[in-house]
Amino acid sequence: MQNHAFVDSNAAEHASHQYATFFVNDLFFGIEVLQVQEVLRYQEMTKVPLSPQVIEGLINLRGQIVTAIDMRRRLKLAPRDSSETPMNMVVRSEDGAVSLLVDEIGDVLSVRRDDYEHAPENTSRELREMITGVYKLEGKLLLVLDTERVLQAQAEA
Amino acid sequence: MEDQEIIKEFLIESSENLARLDQEMVELEQRPKDGGLLASIFRTIHTIKGTCGFLGFGKLEKITHVGENLLSQVRNGERDLTPHLVSLILEMVDAIKLELQAIESTGGESDSSREDLRIRLERACQQGAPGEASQPEEVPAAKAAAVEPPVAVKALEPASATAEAPVPRAAEGEAAARHSSVADSTIRVDVGLLDKLMNLVGELVLARNQILQFSARQEDATFNATSQRLNLITTQLQEGVMKTRMQPIGMVWNKLPRVVRDLATSCGKQIQLEMDGAETELDKSIIEAIKDPLTHLVRNCCDHGIELPDIRVRNHKPAHGRLSLRAFHEGGQVNIEIIDDGAGIDPEKVKKKALQKGLFRPEQLERMSEREAIHLIFQPGFSTAEQVTNISGRGVGMDVVKTNIEKIGGTVDLASRAGQGTTVKIKIPLTLAIIPGLVVMSGNERFVIPQVSLLELVRLEGEQGRRMIERIHGTPVYRRRGNLLPIAYLNEVLRLPGSGEGRDVINIVVLQAEDRQFGLVVDGIHDTQEIVVKPLGKQLKGLSCYAGATIMGDGKVALILDVLGIGLKSGVLSESRESQRTDSQVRDSDRDRQTLLLFRSGEYERLAVPLSLVARLEEFPRTKIERASGRAVVQYRGQILPLVPLAGVLGSHSMDLDERDPVQVIVFSDGDRRIGILVDQIVDIVEDVVVARQNASTPGLLGSAVVGEKVTDFLDLRAVIDHGGEWSGNDRSSAGKVTVMVAESSHFARGLVRHYLEMAGHRVVEGASVQDALDKLQRNRVDVVAVSLDLAGGGGAQLVERMRKVSGAGRTPVVALTDEAGGGNDNAAAAVARVFDDFQGKFDREAMLRSVERLASALAAGESLTETGLTRGVVR
Repeated sequence: MQNHAFVDSNAAEHASHQYATFFVNDLFFGIEVLQVQEVLRYQEMTKVPLSPQVIEGLINLRGQIVTAIDMRRRLKLAPRDSSETPMNMVVRSEDGAVSLLVDEIGDVLSVRRDDYEHAPENTSRELREMITGVYKLEGKLLLVLDTERVLQAQAEA
Repeated sequence: MEDQEIIKEFLIESSENLARLDQEMVELEQRPKDGGLLASIFRTIHTIKGTCGFLGFGKLEKITHVGENLLSQVRNGERDLTPHLVSLILEMVDAIKLELQAIESTGGESDSSREDLRIRLERACQQGAPGEASQPEEVPAAKAAAVEPPVAVKALEPASATAEAPVPRAAEGEAAARHSSVADSTIRVDVGLLDKLMNLVGELVLARNQILQFSARQEDATFNATSQRLNLITTQLQEGVMKTRMQPIGMVWNKLPRVVRDLATSCGKQIQLEMDGAETELDKSIIEAIKDPLTHLVRNCCDHGIELPDIRVRNHKPAHGRLSLRAFHEGGQVNIEIIDDGAGIDPEKVKKKALQKGLFRPEQLERMSEREAIHLIFQPGFSTAEQVTNISGRGVGMDVVKTNIEKIGGTVDLASRAGQGTTVKIKIPLTLAIIPGLVVMSGNERFVIPQVSLLELVRLEGEQGRRMIERIHGTPVYRRRGNLLPIAYLNEVLRLPGSGEGRDVINIVVLQAEDRQFGLVVDGIHDTQEIVVKPLGKQLKGLSCYAGATIMGDGKVALILDVLGIGLKSGVLSESRESQRTDSQVRDSDRDRQTLLLFRSGEYERLAVPLSLVARLEEFPRTKIERASGRAVVQYRGQILPLVPLAGVLGSHSMDLDERDPVQVIVFSDGDRRIGILVDQIVDIVEDVVVARQNASTPGLLGSAVVGEKVTDFLDLRAVIDHGGEWSGNDRSSAGKVTVMVAESSHFARGLVRHYLEMAGHRVVEGASVQDALDKLQRNRVDVVAVSLDLAGGGGAQLVERMRKVSGAGRTPVVALTDEAGGGNDNAAAAVARVFDDFQGKFDREAMLRSVERLASALAAGESLTETGLTRGVVR
C-alpha cells in the first residue's frame, strides 16, 4: 500500500487548475486534484458476481469497502493485457470513495484556463460522454474526466 | 429504584444545561435581542421546571416557574433585559444548582425555603408586566454589557466555569468538598465519534491478525511476547469500544412504571407492572429506535388491553391487571415481550372495524384466519378503540410501531386470546453494525450468510447423498423430515464456476426468508464469525443478492448474502409460495397473480396455460396410445381420452408423436369431460404477475406475455381443442349455464376470461369495443355482461350506460373486470359499484365465475318475472 504524494511547485497558486493525470490505453486523462483521495498500487479484489461488467471488484481501503471500476471497460476500450496490473485512482464521491482502475499514473499538472476547449464533436460517443473538455498541452491533449458521470452511469448499468 | 435512575439522569442533564445557561446569560447581556439565545435559556428553565414538577420537587418548580414567567416577558418583548434582571435570573440559576446538589446528596430538596428569592422574582415579574412603567434603574442593554453582574460571579462554580469565564469562585463550602458528582462521572460523546473509533478498532484487529500470522513464523521470543500482548490489548479494546455503544434496555423501561401508573390512575384501572431482564444490553441506536414503539405498545396495553377492575372481577380475574415486560438474548437477537392478561383482541371486532374503514372487502375478511385478523391492527389507519381517548386510539399507532421496528431489522409478532390477554413479541438485532454470520465458499469465493436467516446445516455424502436431492420437473428438492425443501445452488444463482452436482459431499444451508424456507447448496462451510456490516457503494445497490460486505480476518472483502434476494433470484421462493398458500390464505397482492403451468412443445420453448384449468399432468408410455377414428387416444380412468398433439396445432415440425417415450400429457377436464394435450416437456409451475402482453397471430396461441422475466406464449385452449376434436365423456348439459358477454379490448385478456367461462360450461359472446359489444348484444341473448373498465370506444361505464338506453337491456347484470384484484382503491370501488352490479379482477378465475353465476341465478330467480322476461324478449 504505497501512497504516491502529489507534489507540484505551483501548488498554492493554481489550486483549482491542477489535474492528477493517468493513462488508459494511451489516452491521457486528468481529474481535478481535489477530487482525488489517493493513489494505490494494485490491490487484491473480491469479485462481485452478477455485478455490471465494468465493476472489477471490491477493495479494502483501511476498513472502508471501495468499489473498483475498470476504466478500460467503462470507456469501452480493449481489455488490459493479463500481464499488466492496473493502478487504483481513488476518487471522492458523494457516496464515499470509489476506485478507478487505470493503466498508469501520471504527474500532477497545472494547466491554464486558456488552453481549455470542449470535447471535439468527432470524438467517439462513449468517450465524449465521459469527458467534460480537453486541455491543449504541449505535445499532447489532456482529457478532463467527468468523474460524476463515470460513477453515475454505474448505477444505471 | 427506577425513580433513582430518572433523578440521576435529570441531575446530569440539568447540570449540563445549567453550565451552558451561565454562559448564555452572559452572552445575552451583550446581545439582548438575540432571539435564539433567549429561546434556548427559556427552554432550559422550562425543562427543569417540567421535570421538577414530574419528580415532585415542588420548591424548585415554584422558583423556576416564576423565572420562566419573567423570561417569557422578555421573550415577548414586554420588557427589556436589564442587568438587574440578569442578576436575578442568575441568582435563580444558583439557587437551582444548590437545590440540585441537595437532591444529589440527600435525595430531596434542601431545607432552606428560598422564599425571598421567589418573592423577589415575583415582584420583578409584576413590575415588568405590560402597562406598568419601567423601573427607573433600567438602563439600555448596550450599556449594561459593561456592567459586571456581581451576583453571577459569586455563584459560578468551577465545574461549570467555561473557558470564557474563568471567574474566581466564591465558596459554597459543602460543594467544594465533594469532588466527583454524578455529572462528573459521565460525559456525553458524539455517536459519530464512537462509530469512527469502532472502524479504527476494526482496522487494528486486522493489523493485529497480520502481525500474529507473521510472529508465528518468527523465533524471536521478545517479539512473540509483544505480539501476544498486542493481541490481548486489541481484544480488550475491541470489547470496550463495542461496549461504549451498548446500553441496557432498562434505560427505556425506567420511564414506563410512571407511564403505566399515570395511565392506570387516569383510566381508573389497576395495573401491576413486572419487568424482567432490564439489564439486557442493546446498541444505542437501537435503544433510541425502540423507545417510542415500546412506549406506545405499553400505552396500548393499559388503555385497550387491561379491563376495568369490575369487569375483570366479573370475568373471574383478579382486579389487578398484570402487564409484564421481558427482555432476553436469543440467537444473536434481543427478544422483547410485552404480555398483558387483559381482554385480548377480538378477531371479529377487528374484522368488523376493517370492514367499516373500508380496508378490506367482506369476502376477503371471511377467508382470514383468526391470527391474520388480529394482525390487521398493524394496518395503517386502524384503531379498534370504540372511543378515541387522549391516550391512544387516534389511528396512528400499531402500523407505525411495526414500521419502526422493521426499519431496524426487527420483527413484531402478536398473539392474543380473547379474554385471556395479548402477547406482543418483538425481535430485534443486537446491533445494527455487528452481526454473527456463517462463512461459506462457493466458486472459490467467500460469502457470509447472516445467522438470523440460518436454520440448520445438512451434509449429504457420496452417491447415496446425491440421490437425496430429487427433482420435480427439473426443480431440485430435498426431503427434510418429510417436507419438501426447494433447493438452489449458490454457484448457479451467482453464475460462478463449478457445478452444483457430481460432488462427493453436498452441503445444504437451510435458510429462512420471511415465512418461507429453502436450501442453498454451497461448496464448503467455514465457521461462524462476528462480522461488521458495511454498505455497498451505490454502483452495486441494484444487486438484490447482497446485503452488504464485510472485511474478513485476512483483510479481504467478503460479500454478505441477502437471503431473500437469493431466494427470489433462484426462483425457489416464488415456487414454494404456492405450497404455502394452501394453509395460509391468498394474500391480497397475490390476487392479480396467476399460477401458470409452463411447458415446451417443438420450437415453442415456453408455453403457458393457467394452472387452474389443468386437471392433471400425466405420462403415458408410447405403446398405450391407440387410434380411434383416426385420432390419437389413450384409455384413461375407464374413459377414452382424446389426445391433441400440440405440435400439430401450432404447426411446429420438430415434434413427432412417435419419437418420444413416454409422452407428456396435460389433461384438462370439466366435470367428466376430459381432453389431453401432448407436449414435449413440462417445464415449471410459476406464480407471477402477467405483464406486457402482446396479441398473437399464430392460430392456437392467445398471445405473449412476460412471465418470470421471460417472454412466454399463452396457449389458446379452445383453438387447440377445436383442432383436436371433442371432449371425452358426456357433454355437460348446458342447462342452467349462462351466456356471458365478455367485452374486453385486449384479445389476450378476452381469451383468458373466455377460457375460464367456457371451461365452467358457460357460453361466451365476445365484444371487442363498446360498439361491437352493443351490436352483439342486439343479436344474442346474453344473461350476464362482463366488461373491462378500459374497453375501447369509451370504457366499460359507457357501455353500460348505452346498453341501458339503446338496447333496452336495462336489467342485464354487469360485472366489471378490473386489472387489479377487487378492492384496491376505495373511491374507485365506490364509483364502480354505482354503475356495475359487481366487479372482479380479470384473472381471478374463481371469484369471477362465482360472481357471474350468482348474478345469473339471481336473474333467473327473478324478483320480477315480467321484467326479466321483458329484458330477454328485447335482447332476444
